[in-house]
Order: sequence, then structure tokens, then C-alpha cells
Amino acid sequence: MRDAACHVAPSGAVGAAPAPVLAAARGLAFEAGGRRLVDGIDLEIREGRRTVIMGANGAGKSLLLRLLHGLIRPSAGTVLWQGRPLDRAARRAQAMVFQRPVMLRRSVRANLRFALAVRGLSGPERAERERAALASARLEELARRPARVLSGGEQQRLAVARALACEPELLLLDEPTASLDPASTMAIEEQLAEAHARGVTLVLVTHDLGQARRIGDDLVFLHAGRVAEQGDAARVLEAPRSEAARAWLSGRIYLGPPPLRPV
Amino acid sequence: MDGFFGILGEAVALILAWDADLIEIIGLSLRVTLTAVGIACLIGLPLGALVGTFRFPGRTAVTVLLNALMGLPPVVVGLIVYLMLSASGPLGVLGLLYTPTAMIVAQTILVTPIVAALTRQVVEDLNREYAEQFASLGVGPLDRVAALLWDARYSLLTVALAGFGRAVAEVGAVFIVGGNINHVTRVMTTTIALETSKGNLQLALALGVVLLGLAVAVNALAMTLRVSAQRAAYA
Ligand SMILES: Nc1ncnc2c1ncn2[C@@H]1O[C@H](COP(=O)(O)OP(=O)(O)OP(=O)(O)O)[C@@H](O)[C@H]1O
Ligand SMILES: [Mg+2]
Repeated sequence: MRDAACHVAPSGAVGAAPAPVLAAARGLAFEAGGRRLVDGIDLEIREGRRTVIMGANGAGKSLLLRLLHGLIRPSAGTVLWQGRPLDRAARRAQAMVFQRPVMLRRSVRANLRFALAVRGLSGPERAERERAALASARLEELARRPARVLSGGEQQRLAVARALACEPELLLLDEPTASLDPASTMAIEEQLAEAHARGVTLVLVTHDLGQARRIGDDLVFLHAGRVAEQGDAARVLEAPRSEAARAWLSGRIYLGPPPLRPV
Repeated sequence: MDGFFGILGEAVALILAWDADLIEIIGLSLRVTLTAVGIACLIGLPLGALVGTFRFPGRTAVTVLLNALMGLPPVVVGLIVYLMLSASGPLGVLGLLYTPTAMIVAQTILVTPIVAALTRQVVEDLNREYAEQFASLGVGPLDRVAALLWDARYSLLTVALAGFGRAVAEVGAVFIVGGNINHVTRVMTTTIALETSKGNLQLALALGVVLLGLAVAVNALAMTLRVSAQRAAYA
């Protein structure tokens, strides 16, 4: 069993007391097209920790990230940020890397500059953050290239760097290394490790078991829009208790009781 | 057939001789149309971008209206502007009828819906791609419109060229409000219409050749833009 003390961020608590809750979902549900796609989600994201979200395709992982980030409105339940309902200011303390990276039709550097300008940065401070972001993404050589001609891995590195350049407290990542080769995957994991060391709280959706083991402190396993299991990542991966997680981890398809019910 | 090629030869000779009347007419054509397209872009780009970016009540109606206005018949626009500017019309005191300004007004009315409607389409498509990223970054409404217009710049240049192509080739509206007065309001299309009926086929054909050349040049430019945009993955 790993405990919180092994994974404290600089701002986190030392000792037995768990880190404070940064973001939380309470009875979260989302409906579309007459179907309940996400239902009854309760979870807590603790400060400085790395939460991995896993689950089959269509389980609702991307929807959950959007809900946590306030991009879509829940049909029921609430998202809390530091105990209060999520608002515009709270969203500014978060950043998200999407499953398909969105690159502006501009150079690599201009993509970073845009994000920083939105945060009201200019002059030497912005230039310094731009430089640091390019360095952490190892994209200095490509700074003047149009972002959309970069390879998939380079684009993901840029997307992560752009999100981190905004200095979020919470970074949400939706399968940032899907379809990347091992070297690019490691490069992204290094960016995340740097961020984690600085105290950034991470929520990462992944299908990669190795990555879940390397990165995860906590793990949330979704099945058909509901939390099938959550807990310490190592424990869930070694000894899953839910049938859904057990089946998924051993490569079986779990149909289970059908929780998708008409609204 | 011999007659056609004979006239074509004389027409080309006119162009090569840099004929003064010819130059004046081409110059006025370009001045009127470029000014109209410029004004149409100043109005149509932001208007189209606003409709393409934001949801508001009546948005669908505005979109349908803009699309419908793209096909405004030039003679109808000419007639309406004529009624506005004629001595007994509401704007008669301005004394603008039969001036290049009147022609600019008419062409602006023709081109603005084209620019706005095409811009709306371009910006709406791009916004669909960017919306979540912008929401995530917390981009404000004005920055959002500005960023969409900038990122759509190649497509929007093509939009402006489409407006130019339509205006420069248009004859009905400028004829009605300009009157095709020698040395005052004669542009390429109205001159072609008049000189052909007078039997002065050399000048008419010379202008026709120039007009065709412009159409080819505009399309070549649009194509070049498209290719270079694709090369930079900006399309
Ligand atoms: N706006 C929507 N309207 C209707 N259905 C939707 C909508 N958005 C998502 N869905 C459906 O909700 C389910 C969950 O979608 P989501 O994108 O969260 O899956 P996911 O867990 O991220 O899957 P993947 O691993 O494939 O990325 C899917 O069945 C999807 O088709
Ligand atoms: Mg997904």
C-alpha cells in the first residue's frame, strides 16, 4: 500500500493527513440524446496527486474530464473546486489537453504566445515562459514551424507545454500519449513529472497500463458512465475488486449489468 | 470568323498602345470595385465572424438572410440605390447619382452579403474546431472573434477575391446608378455594353480581354493562396 506521504507535492501535507481536496464531483450526471452517459459520479481529486482515469472506449472518460473542467454542464450533481461550485475563475486555475490536440493555424511559438496572452501576460515575462515551454517540450528547433505540420507526438508535446505554460493548479489530460511511440510517450511523461514536481495536480486518462502504473497515485475506473472502482492505483491494478475492472485488466469484454438507462 | 480575329487584333493593339481612354476606364473600374470590396470587407468580415461564432436568438434567420442576399440581382440593387439617390429620393440632396460614389454604394451593397455569408461559413467551421480549446483557455469574446478571423486569413482572402470577381464583372447596378457617362462613370462592363451596341467593337473587345484577364488573375491568385495555405497546413 502506498500512502499519501510518499507522493506529496511541495504544497502537499506531510505525514498521515491526506492532501486537501482540490476538485470534487458530487453525484455527477450527464445526459445527451435521451441517454444518461455519465451517472452518479462521486470522486475527489487531491492536491498534488496524480489521478488516472481508465475504462473501456465509450465509458465516459472524456465526458468526465469535460465536466470537471466546466466545458459541459452536468444534468445533475455538481463539480466543486476547493469546496465551491466551479466558476470562470476556477476554470482559469485548470488547463486541459484534449484527446485530439487543437493547434491554432500559427507557428509553434505563436501557439504558446496566444495562450499566454489570454492570461494577460506580455513583455519579458511572456517571452521567458515561452522559452521555458519550448525547452520543456524540446521544441526550440521547431519554434517557427506551423504547428499543424508537426508530427502527432510533437503536437502532443506542444499541447502539454501550452497547457502547463498557463501554470494551472490542475492539469487534465485526455489520452495524451495514445498513438505515440515509446520515446514520445516518455518525453510527455517527463513533462508531466516536471509539472508534478512543481506541485501541479494531474488527472490523466489513459489506456496504457504501464503508464497508469508509472504515473498513477489514485485510479478511477469507469464502466458505462459510472465509477466501477476507485482507490490507490497500485492496489486497483494489482487486485481489482470490481468485476468491470477485473475483466478489463485481463482483456475480457465485460458487458455487466446495463447501467445505461433511458432518462 | 476573319472579322472576329481582325477585331481581336485591333483590340490587342489598343491594349498594347496603352490607349488613354482604355486606361481611364480600367482605372475607374478598379477604383470603384476595390473601394466597394474594401468597405464590404470592413462590414462583412466582422459581421460574418460574429454570426459564425456566437449563438443568439434569430441566428438561423440571419444566416438564411445573408445567404439569400448573396444572390441579390444587380439590377434590383441598382434600382433601389437609384430611388434612394435620385433628386426626389430620401438621399437626393447628397447629389450622388451618376457619380463613382453611387457606383461604390451599389457594389458595396452587392458584395457585403457575399463577404458576410462566406465569412460566416468559414468562421463557423473553424470555431467548431477551436471552441473547446478557447473555452478551456478562457478566451474572451472579442479575442475569440479576432483569433478566428486571423486563423482563417487564407480562406478569407479567397472570400474577398470572390467578392471582387462578382463586383468587377457586374453591369446592371453600376449602369443604373452611374449612367455610363464618358470620363465620369464609365467602367469596363458598362462600356462594353454601350460600345458593342454602337458598333465600336475594338474598344469593347479590348475591355473584354482585360476583364477576362482579371478573372484569370483573380482565380490564379486564389489558387496560389490555397496551395500555400495547404503547404503550411493552414487550410
Ligand atoms: N454530445 C454527445 N451526445 C451524445 N452522445 C455522446 C456525446 N458525447 C459523448 N457521447 C457518448 O458518450 C459515451 C462516452 O463518451 P466519451 O467520449 O466520454 O468516451 P471515452 O470514455 O472518452 O471513450 P474513448 O476511450 O473512446 O475516448 C460514448 O458512447 C459517446 O458516444
Ligand atoms: Mg475519450
